[in-house]
Amino acid sequence: MPRHAQSQALHDRRQPLPATSWPLLAWGNGRSYGDSCQNTDGTLLLTRGLDRFIAFDTATGVLRCEAGVTLGEILALCVPRGWFLPVTPGTQFATVGGAIANDVHGKNHHARGSFGDHVRSMHLRRSDGEYDVAPRDPLFAATVGGLGLTGLVTDATLQLMPVDGPWMAVESLRFDTLDGFFALSAESSAFEYSVAWIDCAARGRQLGRGHFLRASHAPRGAAGRLPGRPLAMPVTPPVSLVNRLSLRAFNALYYHRQRRPSVRSTQHYQPYFYPLDGIRDWNRMYGRRGFLQHQCVVPPTSARDAIPALLTEISRSGQGSFLAVLKEFGDRAAPGLLSFARPGTTLALDFPRSAAAFALLDRLDAIVGEAGGALYPAKDARMSPQLFRAGFPALDAFVPHIDPAFSSSFWRRVMETP
Amino acid sequence: MNRILIIGATSAIAEATARRYAARGARLFLVGRDAARLEAIAADLRIRGAEAQVHALDLLDTAGHEPMLAAAWSALGGVDVALIAHGTLPDGDACAASVELSMREFAANGGSVIALGTALAQRLQAPATLAVISSVAGDRGRASNYLYGSAKAAVTAFTSGLRQKLHRAGVNVLTIKPGFVDTPMTKAFKKGALWATPDQIAAGIIKAVDRRAAVAYLPGFWRAIMLVIKHIPEPIFRRITL
Repeated sequence: MPRHAQSQALHDRRQPLPATSWPLLAWGNGRSYGDSCQNTDGTLLLTRGLDRFIAFDTATGVLRCEAGVTLGEILALCVPRGWFLPVTPGTQFATVGGAIANDVHGKNHHARGSFGDHVRSMHLRRSDGEYDVAPRDPLFAATVGGLGLTGLVTDATLQLMPVDGPWMAVESLRFDTLDGFFALSAESSAFEYSVAWIDCAARGRQLGRGHFLRASHAPRGAAGRLPGRPLAMPVTPPVSLVNRLSLRAFNALYYHRQRRPSVRSTQHYQPYFYPLDGIRDWNRMYGRRGFLQHQCVVPPTSARDAIPALLTEISRSGQGSFLAVLKEFGDRAAPGLLSFARPGTTLALDFPRSAAAFALLDRLDAIVGEAGGALYPAKDARMSPQLFRAGFPALDAFVPHIDPAFSSSFWRRVMETP
Repeated sequence: MNRILIIGATSAIAEATARRYAARGARLFLVGRDAARLEAIAADLRIRGAEAQVHALDLLDTAGHEPMLAAAWSALGGVDVALIAHGTLPDGDACAASVELSMREFAANGGSVIALGTALAQRLQAPATLAVISSVAGDRGRASNYLYGSAKAAVTAFTSGLRQKLHRAGVNVLTIKPGFVDTPMTKAFKKGALWATPDQIAAGIIKAVDRRAAVAYLPGFWRAIMLVIKHIPEPIFRRITL
């Protein structure tokens, strides 16, 4: 056990960094799935106390706020005033600092890129001084997606996008094969958002079947059902509720819940973007041992081979998640040196943690590596240093920008440093 | 009822309360020691829908109370709700070892509150509310933090008496008794079921103010817990550690 303070809560964005000989790391709201937000034997700088708005121009949609503000807090402020986050991940509980450090993406990568594409500037506190960084600065590209290693982001200025209200016009299309997914992706580029749910238990001729969801912000005057009170997993069951039996049943039911090939609806933005936020402590359904997430991206040239290979491996194992997510990223340059989102196809699944899951993930990694792909550090707890290096070719350009006072458990693991 | 004076406005509970008032479009006058932090909080509250002005003052400086109140009254044209929220959480052992520290902490948590309450009582007019944050710690002195507890006991007794005194004048005095509150300081640690967030406390404060309640234990289950603790007989109480 370390003898020093394992965490220090920040309340004031002008507060200096603590002087320590052990590494620092910012910790926002703990929504990364792996060890990129952990710092064993170091000190975590807790940023949730930095949750103030600093300036908001409702005419231009430029918002400056502290780094511990959550995306949900921004939406609660901005949606009634006609603005929306141009990029949002699948949880609104992430902080602005976390969204920058992981350069998070959403269902509209093809249209808007990643979170870092909408950051106008940010203030960085490093052990060697204070920096205001803007998109053309080298330190900006290092900090966007930089996993918190380039210093403490204290606040950021974001460009929001205008919307007419909180409603989404959603269309759900059933597809029977992976070819169907790729065809729907190709013809849906005019939609702001697109993503697919895949039945990860289906095999053989049914492999890769699922629902393709595409959506746009609904025009003024649209209305639907308001989100209800959140559900909750009140206890952690001793064993995972996600198992071979429940998985097959859930996936088959979910696939067949929609009988018609296409269904249109109007949804509130909260259930549309953040279905899991509606179930408090949803992670408890995986039991005490928890779960591992695997999110990879494979380049366009190899996606048509790699995605079926990954799905075959998963369905053969009998492991997998209720919600496997498949999406095509747009053909855009990333704003960060270590940005994950890049041209190609991304697949994300959860697996109940077990020895068999670790073995399966190693087999999946082999397919990803062979395909020239990468894993998402924000969701990783176990990728090999080799796969990390292969997936992030700008690594050597990034390393000089690291603040020597900062590190993370993830970084020490993938760089094989103590 | 939207002219709100908050004394001790940089505390987590006060800031959470101010945000809820801001969402109602309130006019806020914020008092605290650190001018820069007050200004950062005020800027945030303005974006959330409030009008906000700040006044920096070390509340141990009793001579500064009256000019501060005059500034608040002139800025808001009167006060509908005055919330006294400042305080410290002194280290019990350090207080036990130092008379000087004990007296200073008693002044910070007790004396300065009584001074402000006295001055506010002269200014507030019906149907205003004076809301004062005391603590469950004031219900019975315990070995771990009796200096803090005795200051809060003084605040609880003072507000109880003032409530009677001002009742006929139509001014409500609300005694707020929060239990354990999860501030960012303790964020990373696992909390028992007894811990509440500053925002939960803030919601309870505003509800109690709106209902013109007399005493608010926050969350409400602390009323039952303290009822039990208050009634443990001394022969037993002196032997246990709390």
